Amino acid sequence: MSIVVLAICGVFVAVGAAFAFFRVERGPSMLDRVVALDVVTAAVLATVALVSAHTKRTDLVPVLVVLALVGFIGSVTIARFAAQESDDERRILTREEARALEEQRRREEEDEAAREHPDRAGSRPTGRPADARGTRDGVRPAREVSRERTLRRRDGGT
Amino acid sequence: MDAFAIVPGSTVAHVLDTVAAILFLAGSFLVMVAGIGIARFPDLLARMHAATKPQSLGLAMLMTALALEIRTGNVIWTLLLVVMFQLFTAPVSAHMVGRAGYRTRRVREDLLRIDELTVDLDAINAEREARDAELEAEAVRRANEDEAVRRADDETVRDS
Repeated sequence: MSIVVLAICGVFVAVGAAFAFFRVERGPSMLDRVVALDVVTAAVLATVALVSAHTKRTDLVPVLVVLALVGFIGSVTIARFAAQESDDERRILTREEARALEEQRRREEEDEAAREHPDRAGSRPTGRPADARGTRDGVRPAREVSRERTLRRRDGGT
Repeated sequence: MDAFAIVPGSTVAHVLDTVAAILFLAGSFLVMVAGIGIARFPDLLARMHAATKPQSLGLAMLMTALALEIRTGNVIWTLLLVVMFQLFTAPVSAHMVGRAGYRTRRVREDLLRIDELTVDLDAINAEREARDAELEAEAVRRANEDEAVRRADDETVRDS
């Protein structure tokens, strides 16, 4: 295979993979990402085929089999565990929200310690934990969202 | 070397190399088209439509090209295996992703020209609700009847 053909093919594949990675980054859902990752897998398959053709290496051919297998397993797994989640739960916490979550957790631990040893109770009064259930519409305070997340993670997810 | 071996540098070898190059170009072009489509299309189903092109047709082209380029028996069989495997698995994963996308409401309904699944599901749900309402009305009617019978019994006891 001439080097010109190889270069043109390489540019095509690279551009396709770059666009697919753009979609992987942008989302918006896991399913979009997994479809984009399938395209990335196809691009990798194409690259391996191109390298194999250019260098006449036949030992790369089993790699093609493995890649075709792995792409299938990945997309099926993610599709199986795709869950319905609201926009509010899906977003990534900002720095302030993460700090607020940390603060909240620390305060709860202190409360718990105070409850277990009432005689050694600190100056902080035992606060009732924030109500975990918020309103459906309108963005809830980050503290509650992250608290719900923590609870869910602790339960092993539902 | 058997009698059908293709001599390097012969006309046949040139033809095979050219066909392989064309197929490589076409397959790589499909990968690029899929990338652009997946970045630009508006919703999950449209993106899946774009993504399936290099997965089956593009891969078949690339594997054929590689087989024409390498021309060894066991490599050709392995490449055939890759293509067969992809042809079997691509519909399965596409089905699962599409189903999960529909169930988790990742499909934009305003872009669908025909949506038979939603129509069918709505029909089934309406039917189920109607049946539930009927059963409930039946239960209420029966409870009322029982109540009437009991009241009648009470009156009989009181009279006697």
